[in-house]
Amino acid sequence: MNDRIRSVAVVGMLLLAALVVGTTYWQAWAEGDLAAKQDNSIQLVAQFKIDRGAILAANGTVLATNTSRQVDGQTFYLRRYPTGPLAADVVGYSTQGHSQAGLERSLNDYLTASNANLHTVLTKTLDRLTGKTIKGNSVVLTLRPRAQFIAQKALDASCGAAVALQVETGRVLVMASSPTYNPNLVERDFGAASRAKANCASPAPLLNRATSGLYAPGSTFKLVTAAAALDTGRFTPDSPFYDPGYCVEYGKPVYNFGLEQGGPERFGNVTLAQGLEHSINSVYCNIGKALGARTILDYAKRFGFYSTPGLELPLDEQQASGLYDHHRLFFPKHDYQVDPGRLAFGQERLGVTPLQMAMVAATIANGGVPMKPYLVDRILTPAGGVLERTKPKRLGRAIKPETARELTTMMEAVVTSGTGTNAQIPGVPVAGKTGTAETGTPTNTAWFVCFAPADHPQVAVAVTLENQTGTGGQTAAPIAKTLLEALLGRTSS
Amino acid sequence: MSLRNRELASLLAVGLITGCGFASVYIARRQVVSASSLTYGIFFLCLYLAAHLVTRRTVPHADPYLLPLGGLLTAIGVTEIYRINPGDALRQSYWIVVGVAVFATTLVLLRRDYRRLESYKYVSGITAVGLLALPALPVIGQTVNGSRLWVHAGGLQFQPGEIAKLALIVFLAGYLREKREVLAQGRLKDLGPLLAVWGAAMLILVETGDLGSALLFFGIFLAVLYIATGRALFVGAGVALFAAGGLIAYDTIDRVRLRVTIWLHPWTDHAVYCAQNGKLELRQNCASYQLVKSLYSIGAGHFGGTGLGEGTFTLTNGAPVIPDLKTDFIFSALSQELGLIGIAAFLLVYMVFALRGFRAAMTVDDGFSKLLAAGLTFGFVLQTFIIVGGVVRIIPLTGITLPFVSYGGSSIVANFVLLAGLLLVSNRAQSRQLS
Repeated sequence: MNDRIRSVAVVGMLLLAALVVGTTYWQAWAEGDLAAKQDNSIQLVAQFKIDRGAILAANGTVLATNTSRQVDGQTFYLRRYPTGPLAADVVGYSTQGHSQAGLERSLNDYLTASNANLHTVLTKTLDRLTGKTIKGNSVVLTLRPRAQFIAQKALDASCGAAVALQVETGRVLVMASSPTYNPNLVERDFGAASRAKANCASPAPLLNRATSGLYAPGSTFKLVTAAAALDTGRFTPDSPFYDPGYCVEYGKPVYNFGLEQGGPERFGNVTLAQGLEHSINSVYCNIGKALGARTILDYAKRFGFYSTPGLELPLDEQQASGLYDHHRLFFPKHDYQVDPGRLAFGQERLGVTPLQMAMVAATIANGGVPMKPYLVDRILTPAGGVLERTKPKRLGRAIKPETARELTTMMEAVVTSGTGTNAQIPGVPVAGKTGTAETGTPTNTAWFVCFAPADHPQVAVAVTLENQTGTGGQTAAPIAKTLLEALLGRTSS
Repeated sequence: MSLRNRELASLLAVGLITGCGFASVYIARRQVVSASSLTYGIFFLCLYLAAHLVTRRTVPHADPYLLPLGGLLTAIGVTEIYRINPGDALRQSYWIVVGVAVFATTLVLLRRDYRRLESYKYVSGITAVGLLALPALPVIGQTVNGSRLWVHAGGLQFQPGEIAKLALIVFLAGYLREKREVLAQGRLKDLGPLLAVWGAAMLILVETGDLGSALLFFGIFLAVLYIATGRALFVGAGVALFAAGGLIAYDTIDRVRLRVTIWLHPWTDHAVYCAQNGKLELRQNCASYQLVKSLYSIGAGHFGGTGLGEGTFTLTNGAPVIPDLKTDFIFSALSQELGLIGIAAFLLVYMVFALRGFRAAMTVDDGFSKLLAAGLTFGFVLQTFIIVGGVVRIIPLTGITLPFVSYGGSSIVANFVLLAGLLLVSNRAQSRQLS
């Protein structure tokens, strides 16, 4: 009987050996796949055992920090946002139930010390071996909290966004989206956080309108058209035009602004510069027809259109600007595919983010050189040392310096005597451009893009307001002015 | 060194390991557990020393490693249960005291000649069937996690299946010892009573809806039958029979089909119907929630494990990651905290225990003892395989206990009786060799 017992014993041992093999498979072979699964709550919870790095504004104001909580003998570090809705759409949130958004998502590796930096890896391994809590790296942003607050407050109950860039560097000084939300509510009451009352059909507070909102740019796009017109050498600021109140396209009149308000405006003999000052559609319509859509769009590309702005935000939270056909970015192969006249004054199928228009203004202000916008100034180690610092990056050259100079002069005229007088700041020359884009509804999207001081530009601003009855000069310009004042007051001190 | 001194030395080592285990849980979880945890090591040492004194008097020639190995597994189990919930560990300790008491009683009662059990083989068989039928009865029967495995009476719950398993092994050993020559001829009529008991057991198991137990009982039956008769044909026919039964069960019993589906496809990319809330959900968020979370727990252990007390078993809001952690999924808890190195060593303890059991079966000289020891040992191995194999997705998951380790009184008591049985057999084997 013993040989049979031996056989059964062998079977028994094989069964137990199979268990060792099975466990080895999950712990050594499939371990990585398991860790990557979205519903792996153990990995998710493990993240909360890390003392996540703080997110600070440029002046050190804490935008995101941790509260520690003891649960079942373990210390969890849960996120707290001391400034609440200030910059919520940029900072985002990191929660257990609703995952992550904004910089909390895209900078997660830094914040949890999982970035592949030698210093971080060493510190982390040492902490792990000694059983200490792993501390994440902190992030210092370029945002100016006071100006950010003013922007958020000025946007108020409107749906819209405001962006301010530092001209020389591309630092994002202000990025406000309205309505916004309280990130402290996300974990507890996601419904309340994602609901908001605001002056538009879909308030969507979790959407960062500054980078994801695609709007018709209206007359602010005339800056791009003018840049193309001047830079190609086909026109000068003094090129003469006759404005009968409309321009003719495809055999039909395309009227100037104000058709509903008692007949279109009519200016008669004007120059290209005056066309910008008074935002005369017919002038730009004719420029568009002369240049062709592809030339204008080529210049748009140089200003950053047709590519995502490359901010540190998650890729799906920033949109590229350009022509959109059936929700897809579209660059025409032939001029005839696009209505050049309407394109030239910013209608057609253009979808443009407030950030992109701020970049257009900043590029003109910077003598024609676009700067890559950035939100992260530096990454700090848990001990406070600088791990990485963002260096400003030039994105080639969009237009010649003299084109930029000419455009600046034209934009100054807009503010001193044109459609943008509401943006005047005593003692500071402001260059700007208004926009009042038709949306196919009774209300318009109001725009104002500008930079100041015009003679020595420091800050460029774009303000967008949805669902407005007033013009960009009436509604958006005052907000842009407040922002410029706040930022220049700070930068000059 | 004499056998019993070797046992004593091993038990002291087990006591030391237990002390270290509790100390490391205490260090890791100072905020939630009290320093009283450190007394657990001493408590276990005393309990094992008491058991040791009993073996010294009753089974002086028994295998010296079985008791320490069983004690080690029990201690690992309580340490992990303590880490999950100190209150449960206390209740488990009470049951271990009961287990050791039953262990001592068994040894004392059967020390002269346990082979008289053989004359109670039919009583044992009927007892086994009766016990298995208990949970199916109304009023006292209880359904836990979809299986009617529990009996509830006077505030006490127990799983009669654990005791039934032992009774069935006694029956099989006695019956097959007597009938093995006849059976080896392969005449159909001699198989009658055997098939009847098996059929009854299977019926009840299907009735109670627990396939893990069905597999366990049938596996033990086949192993003992093979050892007794040496006819591989029986094994082949048995496997075929069980496979057919399994297919029918898969077709007719929703619960069985669900278990198999979960086993084959625990993750889905699209939402499927979720019976728990009637909505469409990803399967990993519904039917296979526990299995998937358990696999995450095992995977999180990686090579070295998080260390005792350092694993993640609760979410940030305090809810458990795996609901039945201390019973069905104690293995995944241990895997996370001990890592591959630790868990391999843990499984090695099961292997060594089983080898000592089979060794006793091979060295003892009478048929009944051989079948008894081999049956008990194979039952121990197969039970371990079924639960752990389910947890690591080798086979569909069914809820039976991990011997000596899972939380649960009936399981602990039954396993200490099993341990006593193996000691009795090995004691007889060794004393026969000496005389």
